[in-house]
Amino acid sequence: MAFWRRNTHVEKERRVKANARDHNDRFAYADNHIKTSKYNILTFLPINLFEQFQRVANAYFLVLLILQLIPEISSLSWFTTIVPLVLVLVITAVKDATDDYFRHKSDQQVNNRQSQVLIRGSLQNEKWMNIRVGDIIKLENNQFVAADILLLSSSEPYGLCYIETAELDGETNLKVRQASTVTSDLGDLSKLMDFDGEVMLVTLRNASRGFLSFSVFMLVKVCGLASAVNLHLFMPCPSGEVICEPPNNKLDKFTGTLYWRDNKYPLDNEKVLLRGCVLRNTEWCFGMVIFAGLQTKLMQNCGRTKFKRTSIDKLMNTLVLWIFALLVCMGVILAIGNTVWENLIGQSFQDFLPWNVYQRNAVFSGFLTFWSYVIILNTVVPISLYVSMEVLRLGHSYFINWDGKMYHRRTDTAAEARTTTLSEELGQVEFVFSDKTGTLTQNIMVFSKCSINGQTYGDVYDEFDQKVEITEKTPCVDFSFNPLCDRKFKFYDVSLMEAIKLEDPVVQEFFRLLALCHTVMPEEKSEGHLVYQAQSPDEGALVTAARNFGFVFRSRTPETITLCEMGRSVTYRLLAILDFNNVRKRMSVIVRDPQGHIKLYSKGADTIIFDRLDPSDEDLMYTTSEHLSEFAGEGLRTLALAYKDLDEDYFEVWMKKLLFASTVIENREDQLAVLYEEIEQGLKLLGATAIEDKLQEGVPETIARLNLADIKIWVLTGDKLETAMNIGYSCNLLRDDMNEVFVISGYTVLEVQQQLRNAKERILGLSRVTSAAGDVGKTDVLADDSVFEETLIAEYALVINGHSLAHALEPQLERTLLDLACLCKTVICCRVTPMQKAQVVELVKSHKRAITLAIGDGANDVSMIRTAHIGVGISGQEGMQAVLASDYSFAQFRFLQRLLLVHGRWSYFRMCNFLCYFIYKNFAFTLVHFWYGFFCGFSAQTVYDQWFITLFNIVYTSLPVLAMGLFDQDVDDQYSLRYPSLYKPGQQNLLFNKRQFFLYTLQGMGTSFLLFFIPYGAFSLLVKEDGSHFSDQQTFAVTIATSLVIVVSVQIGLDTHYWTAVNHLFVWGSLAAYFAILFAMQSDGLFYIFPRHFPFVGTARNCLSEKSVWLIILLTAVVCVVPGVAVSFLRIDLFPTLTDKVRHLQQSRKKQGPQAQNLRRVRRTSSRRSAYAFSHQQGYGELITSGKNMRTSTVSPAHSPDGTPHGSSWMDNMLKRRNEVSCVSEEKSIRAPESANRHTQPPQLDVESV
Amino acid sequence: MVKHEQESTNRPDNTAFTQQRLPAWQPMLSAGIVIPGFLIIGAAFIGIGVALFVTSQSIQVLEIDYTGDDKTAPCYKCIAPNQKNCQCQISFSLNSTFKGPVFFYYALSNFFQNHRRYGVSKDDNQLFGDTSYFTSPSSSCSPYQYDSSNKPIVPCGSVANSMFSDTFQLYQVVNGTNKLVPWDGQGIAWWTDYSIKYRNPSVTPLQNAFNNTVKPINWTKPAYELDPTDSSNNGFINQDFLVWMRRAALPNFRKLYRRITQGDYAQGLPAGNYLLNINYSYPVVDFGGRKKVVLSNVSWMGGKNDFLGIAYLVIGSLCVVMSVVMLIVYAKFKFPDEE
Repeated sequence: MAFWRRNTHVEKERRVKANARDHNDRFAYADNHIKTSKYNILTFLPINLFEQFQRVANAYFLVLLILQLIPEISSLSWFTTIVPLVLVLVITAVKDATDDYFRHKSDQQVNNRQSQVLIRGSLQNEKWMNIRVGDIIKLENNQFVAADILLLSSSEPYGLCYIETAELDGETNLKVRQASTVTSDLGDLSKLMDFDGEVMLVTLRNASRGFLSFSVFMLVKVCGLASAVNLHLFMPCPSGEVICEPPNNKLDKFTGTLYWRDNKYPLDNEKVLLRGCVLRNTEWCFGMVIFAGLQTKLMQNCGRTKFKRTSIDKLMNTLVLWIFALLVCMGVILAIGNTVWENLIGQSFQDFLPWNVYQRNAVFSGFLTFWSYVIILNTVVPISLYVSMEVLRLGHSYFINWDGKMYHRRTDTAAEARTTTLSEELGQVEFVFSDKTGTLTQNIMVFSKCSINGQTYGDVYDEFDQKVEITEKTPCVDFSFNPLCDRKFKFYDVSLMEAIKLEDPVVQEFFRLLALCHTVMPEEKSEGHLVYQAQSPDEGALVTAARNFGFVFRSRTPETITLCEMGRSVTYRLLAILDFNNVRKRMSVIVRDPQGHIKLYSKGADTIIFDRLDPSDEDLMYTTSEHLSEFAGEGLRTLALAYKDLDEDYFEVWMKKLLFASTVIENREDQLAVLYEEIEQGLKLLGATAIEDKLQEGVPETIARLNLADIKIWVLTGDKLETAMNIGYSCNLLRDDMNEVFVISGYTVLEVQQQLRNAKERILGLSRVTSAAGDVGKTDVLADDSVFEETLIAEYALVINGHSLAHALEPQLERTLLDLACLCKTVICCRVTPMQKAQVVELVKSHKRAITLAIGDGANDVSMIRTAHIGVGISGQEGMQAVLASDYSFAQFRFLQRLLLVHGRWSYFRMCNFLCYFIYKNFAFTLVHFWYGFFCGFSAQTVYDQWFITLFNIVYTSLPVLAMGLFDQDVDDQYSLRYPSLYKPGQQNLLFNKRQFFLYTLQGMGTSFLLFFIPYGAFSLLVKEDGSHFSDQQTFAVTIATSLVIVVSVQIGLDTHYWTAVNHLFVWGSLAAYFAILFAMQSDGLFYIFPRHFPFVGTARNCLSEKSVWLIILLTAVVCVVPGVAVSFLRIDLFPTLTDKVRHLQQSRKKQGPQAQNLRRVRRTSSRRSAYAFSHQQGYGELITSGKNMRTSTVSPAHSPDGTPHGSSWMDNMLKRRNEVSCVSEEKSIRAPESANRHTQPPQLDVESV
Repeated sequence: MVKHEQESTNRPDNTAFTQQRLPAWQPMLSAGIVIPGFLIIGAAFIGIGVALFVTSQSIQVLEIDYTGDDKTAPCYKCIAPNQKNCQCQISFSLNSTFKGPVFFYYALSNFFQNHRRYGVSKDDNQLFGDTSYFTSPSSSCSPYQYDSSNKPIVPCGSVANSMFSDTFQLYQVVNGTNKLVPWDGQGIAWWTDYSIKYRNPSVTPLQNAFNNTVKPINWTKPAYELDPTDSSNNGFINQDFLVWMRRAALPNFRKLYRRITQGDYAQGLPAGNYLLNINYSYPVVDFGGRKKVVLSNVSWMGGKNDFLGIAYLVIGSLCVVMSVVMLIVYAKFKFPDEE
C-alpha cells in the first residue's frame, strides 16, 4: 500500500465523472483490485528470505555459516549451523507462506466477486477487480459493497438503503443511508443514462469545471445565496461529476459536492456506502464508485499495527549483545592462547604437525583461531532461543483464548489474545488505565428518579415518612393499565403514577418531551411489542420510562413521530433535530403538534440548560438544582429537561438559515452550532431525570485485588469531577479511610502547578512524620523502604479534571504531575479527551520504567489502547473499535484479574524460567569447548561430536524446556488470585534481570567447568576393563555429552514445578531420544554410507559399556546438580518468598484433602451501585458527529396505534407503507436514528490526524 | 440478531488441557526429601568412593620414563637426531609379584593428538579401504597428502605419519640370562575399529592396492608390512596402527602396547630383575615431550585411577556435611507455616 501511494502524486481533491473511464483514467486513481498478500510464487523465496535475514539472529547465523565454509577457520562442519538455521527459516517461511496463502485466497475471492456495472446503457457482470472509479454499479440485497460508492438511488423510497457495517466497525445493527434527493429518482437505466458521463462533451466539461471552482469559492467566502434555490433549477445537462476529498481513513467523514446539470449538491457521509458494508433490506441500489481498491476507507484503515515488543525482548537484546561481547572476549583469550602456544610448543611440534601455508606465523594462527572459536562458541546465542520464545508466547496466547473462566456466557464471548507477542508482559503490569463507561460500568441505564416542576419522584417512604431502601422485595408500580408497557421496567414510587393519572400538565409535558426528544428507533415486531433501538442507553432508559408512564413512542418517519399518549394516538410533525454533541451537551427537537403549535423540546446537561432558561423560571431552577445535587450525591446521572413554544414566523426564517448552512462544505458544523444556539434560548424548565448507571459485575473486587497486587489503577473518564469521584468510591478506588483525596482543578498553569506542589508537599511532609512514628511498628513487617512507601501510597488519591490535566500535561509540569500521581494509590482523571488519555499513558510510559495496560471498550479508548504497552479491549456493547485496536480482548472488566494475576503471572514466570534455563543450558553446553581449549593447544577442537552440537539445542533439550515454558505452574490459578501479592515479583522484574542472567551464566559456566574437569581428572588415567586404552577423544566426547544431557535434564526436572504427563514424556523422551540417536549415529549402517561424516562409529557402545564411564557420569551429574539443590533449599528455608510460602500452603492443603475448598475466601459481592452524577450522555463518539445534521431517517409506519395488525418489523412496515407517505419535504434535517450511532464515527481517527 | 442462534459456540472447550488443569506432580524441595536425599547420596558416594579407592590402591603400576634427555639416562645416546636403529636398555626390579594379567603401555606427554589440525589430517574414506582415495587422498591430509614427487601417501595425513615407532622387548633377568617375556598384541584396539571403521581394500595380495602410492614420510615400512609375523595384522587394521589412530583426548596419554597373558607370566610378573630393551626412534625431545612405558594390571573398574575414588569420597562427605548443615538450618529457621 505504501508503495502504491508513493507512486501516485499527492491527491488534493478527487474528481470523478460518472461512467467516464477515459476521463477518470487520467487521474490514475487506484482500481478496485485488492492485494493484501505479500508474495507470489516467484517472489516468495527471495522476499521472504530477505525479510528473515533482516533479523539480527538469522543474519548472525548466516555470517557464521559463511565463516564455516572457509576451511582454514572452520572448526565445525557447515551442517552444525545450517541444520538449525534451515529449520528455523523453514518454520518461519511455512508460517509466512500459510498466512500469505490465506491472504491470496481471500484476495482472490474478493477480487472475483461479481458485480453489475452499467456499461453503455446496459448492466454487465464484472469482477470486482475490474471496477474502476466512476463506474456506476448496481448492488443487490445482501451483497457486499464493492468499493466506496456514492449512493445514487435505491429500491426504497427517498433513495434510502440499509447497510450492515460489521466488517468496518463490528456492529451488526443496521444503518441507514440516503441518496441525494436529486439522484434518488434515477431508478432505472434510462434515467441513469442521464447521469452517465459517457456522452459528455469535452468543452462542456471544462466549462463547468471552471464554473464549479468559482462557485465553491463563493460558497465558502460568502455563505450566501440560496443554494436551496439551485436545487430546483434542473437544467438539461447530462453530466454527473463528484468533487470530493482525497482518499483517507476516516470512516465517519465524507465531504464532497455533486455537480450535475450545472447544479451542485452537498455530499456527506450519509450518501456514501463504504466497501465492506453489506446491503440489507434493500432490493437494489445504484451507486457511483468514488474510491476503489486500496483507496477505499476500509483498506486505508487496515494500517499495519504497531509492532509491540516486551521488556523481556528488549532485555534479551541487551543480554545477547553482552553474550556476544563475552564470546568475543573468550575468542580473544583463546586466540592469544593459541598464539602463545604456537610459539612455545606448536613451533617445535612441527615434526608431527607442520604449520601449513596459512599459518606461517603464530599471530596469524591466533587470528584464525579467533574466528574458529567464534564459530564453536556461537551456541551460547542459540538460534532456537527466538523461535522457542515465539512458540511459548503463542502457547500462552492460546491458553488465554481457551480459558473457560474468561468466557462470558451472556454475550458468548471468549477472551481473545489478539497479539501473540506480549504474553509475559502481562505479568509485569504496574499501571492500569481504565475507561469508565462500558468498562467499569455496564452502560445499562435505569430510570430511577426524576424531579418534575420542583417535586421529586422515585424514593419510597414508609408510613413514618422514612426513606425505604429499595430491594428486590419492594413492590413496583403497576403498569398494567398500559398495554404497551415494557415489563422489565421497574419503578417503585407510586406518587408519580398518581400524578400522571391526575393529568398534571407539567408531568405530561415532561414525559411527552422524553417520548419526543431523542433519536431512538422503534421496532414493533408484533402489535404492541415494541423494541427500542437506542444509540445510547440513557436515551433508551428515558424513552422506556416515558413509555411505561403512558407516553409511548410508537413510530417515526423522517417527518413525523407518533406517540400513544395515554391511549390516544398523536402524531407530531418533526421539523428539526438539533443534535447532541459534547460541546453542546444537549439535544433538541422542534415539532409541530396536531394543534399546529411549534414546540422545541430540549434535554441536556443541567448547567447548559440552566444557562438557557427563561429568567422567569429562576425559582424552579433553584429547587430543581437542589434535587439535581441530591441525585448526583446518590451517584445518578442527571439530565435537565426544558421546552419552548416557537413562533411560526421566527421558525420559518430560522429554518431557511439552517437549510443554507447545511449545504456549505466548509465550516458547516460551526455554522450549524451558531444557529442551534440561536434558537435554544429562553427555555422553560420542566424538571430533571436521574438515571442509574450499573457497575459491571465484580468490578470492586477486581480493583481491590489488583490493588493488592500493587497495580495502580488510573481511571480516565470523560465524566465530570463529582461523578468521577463517585465512581471511585463505588469501585473501591477511593475509600473513606484514605488520608486525603487531592482534587486538582485549576484553570491556569500557575494554579495547577501550585495545587500539584501543595499536594506533593503535604504527602511528603506527612510521610516524614509518619515514618518517624511508624518506624518501630513497621520494621518487623518488612524493613524495606519501598514497602514503606507503598503503605504510604495507600492513603492518598488524586483526582484531576480535564482542563487542569491539559495544563499539567505540558512539559514543565508533567514531571510534577507524575511524581504526585505516583505517590497516590488512586488517580482519577475526569473530563479527559481521547487524546489526553493517550497523553497520560504516554507520560507514565516514558517517565516510569513500568509496564502500562490500558483497558477500554469504546472508540474513545482506542488511542489509549494503542499507546499503552498492552491494550485490552472490552468486547461489549459499544462496537468493535477498541477490540480491533487491542492486544487482548474479553467481555468483562473482572476478567482482567485473571488475565494479569493468573495468565500474566504464569506467562512471566514461565518465560523467565525458560530464559534462565536456556541461558544456563547453553553456557553449560558451550563453555566446555573453552576449557578444552587449554588442553588442545587452543586449536578450536570441539569436545563433542559435530552431530551432537547440531542436535543438542533442537532435539535433545528443546522439548522439555518448551514443556516447562508452556505448562509450568508454581502456584495454581486459585491461589494466584487469592494472593495477589504473588504478582509483585513480575513488576519488580525479579525473575529475569541482569542479576539473574549473571547468576545463571555463572551456574552454566560452573557446570561446564565441572563437566569438563571431572572427566578430565578421570580420563587422564583411564583404562578399560580389558586393559585397552580408553582415554581417546571420542570416548571423552561421548562421556561429556552424555553427562551434559543428563545434567541438563535433571536440572529441567528440578526447575519444573508442575510435572504433567507432557513434561514426563518430553523429559524422558528427550533422554531416550539422545541415547537412541547416539547409538544410531554411531552405528555401522550410517558409517558405511557416509564414512566421512560419522567418524564416531562404535564409540558409544565401547564407551557406555564401561562401569567407569558411568561412574564418571554419575559423579559429574551429582556434582553439577547438588549444589543448586542445596542452595535453593537453603534459600527457601532462610529467605522464603511469598511464592514459596503459598506453594507450601497449597501443598499442605492438598494433603489435607477436600476441605481446602471451604477455606477459600468467600467473594464479597458488592451491593453498592455505581454513582454517577452527570448525564454524559453520548460520550466522545458524538464529538465528531456534531453538525452531521443532514441525516436521513427511516420511514416508519405512520399508522394509528390501534390500527390494523401489521408486519413484523419496522423495515417491512416501511416497505409496505412507502406509498402512503404523502410527500417528501425537501432537505429536511432529520436525524437517522441508527445511523447516528457513534461507532461509525470513531473519534480516534481524528485524534490520530491531529 | 443472529447471536441467539449460535449460543455459546465460542465457549472454550472445558478440558483439563485447555484449562491448564492437567493432573500434575508438583514436587517441592521439602526438608523431608532434601535432607535424607543428601544423606543417602552422601552415604552412597562414600561407599562407592571407598570401594574405588581401595580397588585403585590394589592396582600395581610401574612407570619407567625412558625419554633420555638426562645425560645419565640410558637412552641419552639415542636422542641425537638422525640416529638409526638406536637401542637402549633400562633395567628395573620388582619387589613383589606384579599380578597378572599385566598390561604394557607406552605413554607420551605434551603430545597434542587432540589438536584440531592434527585430528582432521586423515582420510576416513581411504582408511575405510576405498581405493579411489588411494590415488587422490583427501586434501585434509595436507601436507601429508602427496610426497615431494607428487605421489599419494597412503595412509595420508599427520595422524598416520606421526605413528609411534618405538618398539620394546621385555626380559626377565633370571640368573644373569635374559628371558624374553612373551606378550600378545592381539585385540589391543577396539573391535569396532578393526572390523568396521578401518578396512583394508579387498585386493589380494594387499600390497597391490598400494601400487603407485608411497608410505608415510616418517614410516620405515609401508602399511602392508607393518607386522611381518602376522599377515592379518597389516594394512589399516594393524593393531598398533589402530591404537595410534584412536586419538587421545588429552596431551598426556597412554596407549596399550602389549598384554602379558601367556606362558609363565599369565599370572603376573614374579618379583625379580627385568630388562627393557627399547628400539628408540620416536623423537619427542624437540617439543618437550616425554616417553614412558607403563606396566599395570587392572581391576573391575579398569586401571589405577585414584581421582575417581577420591572425588567420590570428597563429594560424598560434602553431601553428608551439607545434610547436617541443612538439618541445623531447618531446625533453627523452620519454614514458616502461617497462612
